[in-house]
Amino acid sequence: MSSIKIELRKDDVDFIKGVCASFNNDPQELINVLHSCQEHFGYLPAEIQEVVSEGLNMPVAKIYGVVTFYSFFTMTPKGKNPISICLGTACYVRGAEKVLDEFKKELGIEVGQSTNDNKFSLSSLRCVGACGLAPVVLVGDKTYGRVAPDDVKNILKEYE
Amino acid sequence: METIKLTIDNKEVDVPRGTTIYKAAKELGIDIPTLCYMDLHDLNIENKPGGCRICVVEVEGRRNLAPTCSTKCESGMVVKTHSTRVLNARRTVMEFILSDHPKDCLVCSKSGNCELQTMAHRLGIREIPGAEFAETSKYRKDTSPSIIRDLDKCIMCRRCETMCNDVQTVGALSAVNRGFMATVAPAFEQNLEHSTCTYCGQCVAVCPTGALTEVNHVPQVLRALVDPTKTVVVQTAPAVRAALGEEFGMAPGTLVTGKMTAALRALGFDYVFDTDFAADLTIMEEGTELLDRLSRHLKGDTTARIPILTSCCPGWVNFFEHYFPDLKDVPSTAKSPQQMFGAIAKSYFAEKIGINRKDMVVVSIMPCLAKKYECQRDEFSVDGNPDVDFSISTRELATFIKQANIDIKTLQDEEFDTPLGESTGASVIFGNTGGVIEAACRTAYELYTGKKLERIEFTELRGMEGVRSATIDFNGLPVNIGIAHGLGNARKLLDDVRSGKSVYHAIEVMACPGGCIGGGGQPLHHGNSEVIKARAAALYTEDRKKPLRKSHENPFIVKLYDEFLGKAGSEKAHHLLHTHYFDKKKKIIIKH
Ligand code: SF4
Ligand code: SF4
Ligand code: SF4
Ligand code: FES
Ligand code: FES
Repeated sequence: MSSIKIELRKDDVDFIKGVCASFNNDPQELINVLHSCQEHFGYLPAEIQEVVSEGLNMPVAKIYGVVTFYSFFTMTPKGKNPISICLGTACYVRGAEKVLDEFKKELGIEVGQSTNDNKFSLSSLRCVGACGLAPVVLVGDKTYGRVAPDDVKNILKEYE
Repeated sequence: METIKLTIDNKEVDVPRGTTIYKAAKELGIDIPTLCYMDLHDLNIENKPGGCRICVVEVEGRRNLAPTCSTKCESGMVVKTHSTRVLNARRTVMEFILSDHPKDCLVCSKSGNCELQTMAHRLGIREIPGAEFAETSKYRKDTSPSIIRDLDKCIMCRRCETMCNDVQTVGALSAVNRGFMATVAPAFEQNLEHSTCTYCGQCVAVCPTGALTEVNHVPQVLRALVDPTKTVVVQTAPAVRAALGEEFGMAPGTLVTGKMTAALRALGFDYVFDTDFAADLTIMEEGTELLDRLSRHLKGDTTARIPILTSCCPGWVNFFEHYFPDLKDVPSTAKSPQQMFGAIAKSYFAEKIGINRKDMVVVSIMPCLAKKYECQRDEFSVDGNPDVDFSISTRELATFIKQANIDIKTLQDEEFDTPLGESTGASVIFGNTGGVIEAACRTAYELYTGKKLERIEFTELRGMEGVRSATIDFNGLPVNIGIAHGLGNARKLLDDVRSGKSVYHAIEVMACPGGCIGGGGQPLHHGNSEVIKARAAALYTEDRKKPLRKSHENPFIVKLYDEFLGKAGSEKAHHLLHTHYFDKKKKIIIKH
């Protein structure tokens, strides 16, 4: 039997089942269902995928396959201050990867993870449409432009 | 049907519209290499993701090369299958697949039987440019009771996914991740053991590489054989004798019953017995249960569950425990022949030869990987001593025979030992889809009507259709029989049972397409379903050759009841030969 225990609060289960029902419990709507769930919970842990599997009557392995295929789905909770680094072409060309490496070093986490105190989490994005400001970093709702690796420490300080 | 004309390698061919280039070429005797593609025509199973691109050809007027397994013919097409451009592209594809593949062919359990290895050989690959720079992934190995997953060897052909999802509808495996980390895995990349896997082994049966293989139990068997304190008893399932020869170069469908028996004796087993004996016993118990439920049902007893479902396939048992636990009182409680054999060997037979069950080792030779898991289930042991100690597959037996320098082809036929080696034709056909229920009908008919069965062969129950049905006339009582092989087909019949729409009195289910002859432990068919049909024919031949063809006529079964069990369905029989099922469905726990 599965080693993953599905323990959720009743209203969470009801919410997920409700989302599935609003898409007619149609497996074809999986991506939309997952989107709605991620919007609500912030991430898609195994427990949520299990309930979706029941709601849409499809194997949970398939759901996990979809969650791990698309980079906009995540299985780890976002930190209080989610940091996203644009890795679109313009940003990439202008050194976004170095900036990302600096964030990884400073926080001691990889893309898709959050810090132990859950203060920060790290993710990457495709072009956010601000190429003029490349490289672009988002922290929560705030946008930082022309970020250099040296700026990383100062940005993090703002959230201490 | 509308046909179209095209030219392949300067030869013209007419094919029905919708035919793939691959199949059209085949008509002309042109054998285009394929890797991910798989077509089990008679079983209606196809895998054509068009992903590996080994099968590409040049089509005049098109810029890109076309994968033939998934490209349809068009009228007037001019195709070249071996131009320089095609050969170079094919080589590049192959080199790319091989660049991050482990290079440990010498010690890989698929070696000699691996489609990737064969392809590298066929394409004449002699070096892999850049291999020294390529990263090889280090995916952990996952060992379950039956199956080993070594995903570093996966080439993402996704055949296993097709078998597990489309054919079996189990859905334990799915393609996960992307790019370099892409692989095929259970949900959350948990171990197979924690998924809903039934251990049917159909993924293993089609995997072209060493990524999916069975757990090897030959070393344990060898250890038992050289231990002077152990009496080692072996049983062989019906489907093994119809396939083992293939591993030694014999044509599919060659029966090697006598040679297999001789080889097992040469390997040093103390008693060479036959699972078929236990299959006859299964018919006695399951048939009695069927008649009991049926007659109670006819009398209006609403507690009599109809239809009765067969329970001799452990892959199928795992399936309903996961997916239909609400119906777990519907299948027969009779154990599988493998487990009935073990229970009788370690009680009746051990007593007879005056040894303690702990000094007896029971080994089973099975076409099946689910049996490895089954014999490890807690309920099939007494004080921690399992009724069946080790289950090895047809493939493992073949390797074992080769290791022991036995030339099976030159062996003289030998007979099974008595008493647990005697069987009837009814038990032989257990290996085919429809065989168990045909055997049950032969016995149930005579027990129910008290009349002799004139026509022994119920040909209406045979065939390769995924779901079949027939009504058998029990002297005025019409008995409706349903048959399904492959778990996806079983699911259809089960859904009807659940919703109360089922019209059947009895249903036979086998997890593997074709039944056990197509089991996950059999010699690899490499996508040729003719092999499975030849094995089925062989078992029907063996049945016809047997002097006794009804289970209740087996004199040693009669004796077993007289001396030991009492009558079919007795308390002792229930204790030794019946079991119960578990609810394995995942449950959501509500937190407060
Ligand atoms: S053994 Fe059967 S159920 Fe298990 S993963 Fe393979 S195909 Fe699926
Ligand atoms: S595990 Fe085997 S069958 Fe499955 S995708 Fe990989 S190579 Fe193909
Ligand atoms: S059909 Fe036969 S080989 Fe396949 S899982 Fe069932 S018992 Fe095993
Ligand atoms: S590439 Fe980063 S904003 Fe466009
Ligand atoms: S065999 Fe045709 S794409 Fe793989």
